[in-house]
Amino acid sequence: MAKILKMVAQRLALGLLTLFAVSLIIFLGVELLPGDFAQEILGQSATPETVAAFRRELGLDLPWYTRYFDWLGGIFHGDFGKSFASDREVSELIGGRLLNTLFLAAVAAVISVPIAVALGVLAALYRNTLFDRTINVFTLTSISFPDFFVAYILILFLSVSWNIFPSISNVSSDLGFWEHVYRVILPALTLTLVIIAHMMRMTRASIINLLASPYIEMAMLKGISRSRIVTHHALPNALAPIINVIVINLAFLVVGVVVVEVVFVYPGLGQLLVDSVAKRDMPVVQASCLIFAATYILLNLTADVLSKLTNPRLLHPK
Amino acid sequence: MREIERYRGLLAAGRMTRRDFVQRAMALGATTALATSMAGGALAATPKKGGTLRLGIGHGSTSDTLDMAATTDLYMQVVGNAGYNYLTEVSNAGKLTPELAESWDVSPDAKVWTFKLRKGVEFHNGKTMDSGDVIASINHHLGEDSKSAAKAILDPIAEVKADGKDTVVFTMKTGNADFPFILSDYHVAIMPAKDGKLIDPRSGIGTGGYTIENFEPGVRTTLKRNPNYWKADRAHVDSAEVLVIQDTTARTNALTTGEIDAMDKVDLKTAHLLGRSKKVRLEEVSGTQHFTFAMRTDTAPFTDNHVRLALKYAIDREALVKTILLGHGVIGNDHPIGRSNQYHADDLPQRAYDPDKAKFHLKEAGLSTLKVDLSAADAAFAGAVDAAVLYKEHAAKAGININVVREPNDGYWSNVWLKKPFCAVYWGGRPTEDWMFSTAYADGVPWNDTYWKHDRFNKILVEARGELDGSKRRGMYHEMQKIVSDEGGVVVPMFANYVMGLSNKVAHDKLGANWAMDGFRAIERWWFA
Repeated sequence: MAKILKMVAQRLALGLLTLFAVSLIIFLGVELLPGDFAQEILGQSATPETVAAFRRELGLDLPWYTRYFDWLGGIFHGDFGKSFASDREVSELIGGRLLNTLFLAAVAAVISVPIAVALGVLAALYRNTLFDRTINVFTLTSISFPDFFVAYILILFLSVSWNIFPSISNVSSDLGFWEHVYRVILPALTLTLVIIAHMMRMTRASIINLLASPYIEMAMLKGISRSRIVTHHALPNALAPIINVIVINLAFLVVGVVVVEVVFVYPGLGQLLVDSVAKRDMPVVQASCLIFAATYILLNLTADVLSKLTNPRLLHPK
Repeated sequence: MREIERYRGLLAAGRMTRRDFVQRAMALGATTALATSMAGGALAATPKKGGTLRLGIGHGSTSDTLDMAATTDLYMQVVGNAGYNYLTEVSNAGKLTPELAESWDVSPDAKVWTFKLRKGVEFHNGKTMDSGDVIASINHHLGEDSKSAAKAILDPIAEVKADGKDTVVFTMKTGNADFPFILSDYHVAIMPAKDGKLIDPRSGIGTGGYTIENFEPGVRTTLKRNPNYWKADRAHVDSAEVLVIQDTTARTNALTTGEIDAMDKVDLKTAHLLGRSKKVRLEEVSGTQHFTFAMRTDTAPFTDNHVRLALKYAIDREALVKTILLGHGVIGNDHPIGRSNQYHADDLPQRAYDPDKAKFHLKEAGLSTLKVDLSAADAAFAGAVDAAVLYKEHAAKAGININVVREPNDGYWSNVWLKKPFCAVYWGGRPTEDWMFSTAYADGVPWNDTYWKHDRFNKILVEARGELDGSKRRGMYHEMQKIVSDEGGVVVPMFANYVMGLSNKVAHDKLGANWAMDGFRAIERWWFA
């Protein structure tokens, strides 16, 4: 256990370093884009005087390193700064959006992970049968389509033709829990279709891989049923790679769903980030990117910890 | 036309569907726009109270604020026109009408404007509106530190002062006959002030028909009817919800599945499919919105007017309206004044596509061929790149080689517009001739995107601004349109209609053509039938 705690501490420290590097790269990246906030927000109506007034007020006339280190100093005090555009605290601006993103990711995960693992186990169990081939074809087809296409197909049938679910996920904080779930069902189903193949295929492959090992052969010779072999003997040993794939997909659900957000008009973090990059609203861009980076770092860490807990041999590398 | 009147009667009595009406009216020779607007007029008879109007708008962003000085797109324009009032309003018929100002007077030199304010109008916070609020609301856009997009149009004001609680006197730097129009501009909302300063320009507190209940930038705004609203015949719906729906397909789906009651910016390519639905209808108005190709007249080869004329003759306007706007628009005549404007020069000959004349003008310029770069991006207007490519094909017949440069959408207005010698531009248009010309054609103004300088034009522009006699102004503006068309640096191939999609449950009077969504006033003007 001590080893695991040590690893967690080490990884968290490295994670902070990664976040620092990410923030610097993002800052320089946005800095390299043509135009600054003052020009973008004024758009066609920018005149030299109004642009200058904006820059004076926001300190955009200072060199980039001064602004970067000012911002970094604020972070160490827990102050993410204020949005250039709306003058609102970044934390307040992002809070609701982040909750929405996490909610959608959670609903999609609750639907997709059990289905993917169950289908994977079943596919391994009935390997090379018609059942196995059917779900392989189905999941591979759905992952091969771009996500907006899957979304439009779902909208066409479930919303426009049969009118079961709303075509846009118009959610607000005063909705009840189930109403909220109802309104995000279509985006959650879209995401499910997009990620299910990856997890299901990995489950199937790692179980089939193990089925060839001597201890499974032994179990078979003892006359244990195939389903018991798969669920009790093969699956626990196959968990490490499965967990890794699931976690990567969870990270995708948080950071990679901007297209689905746009199609369903879902007010998540992705849309906020795109808006903010377009307007060069640096504090919001930085905070969103840090959240995304932190999501990856934490989820990867979770995956490693879980893998090691399920397979203690990994704690003792040769 | 008597037949049409009979149909209108049937429609108003509910004995004929709107679809039938439009079809029959068109069979009798009315244009689509005319037929739909007549249908709207006939149905307009009795506004009903109640309901929640949900609008899906294809603009809006997380960076929006309730400060109208920073407003640039339709989303905040629609929200702002529900929450705030202005001193004047452009009516749905295109006429200037009083709003918070009750009446106004002008000195004979058009320099001193005296506005009498409406008495007893209350802000949402209970404060009674007076001259102090108006002055602070105007000053919000002026001064060195102003970041207001309206700074330039209010610049002609030399001084604004109160004459008692209910009168405001504006003194202009030079005579300005159209000044009351400028006060209807969406930026110049009247907000409450304290000690000569606005209390908070981002508070959303105005005198408008709706109070802003919840404002989530880039997502939605919910509004509730202001029970104390001073206008008796407006603000019919109880509440409104304005959603940001950038994706055209999502917006269209939301309308057809009944998630929203109306949307702006219908995708022209699928407009005919939407029009087939029984639950929704298309509405379009032809106003001042126009698309241009701007040539920098300070840069070779565009310094030579013959080159500019050659390029003006080398574009097939009809083809562009047909292909890019799919018929939802009208051809332009190389000047920015729309047919709905008061002083539009109807008798100015329409410039046609004529490769031979283009060749002639090239020859006059001493050239046998011409090669120019044309910068375009869809940020300029939807279909700008396609339009540029079509232009290239048209111009090739006149021996002009246009090289279409596809620019990035991102940063188009800061890096391409006003910088590149020849580029595609979008203009929402302005309600008056003077406003349009002084925004983009007068010498030295920041948005003169053709860097055009014409002494005669600039002289009449100032004279016309100070002229109060309508018929004299007509002559002056006529001449100015001719000058821009013949000598200006701009190709104006088309005026685009505002095309909106509405649920059949929504009713309205004649739609204002000055801006999209009924002159931004959909929320306070529309109702549920």
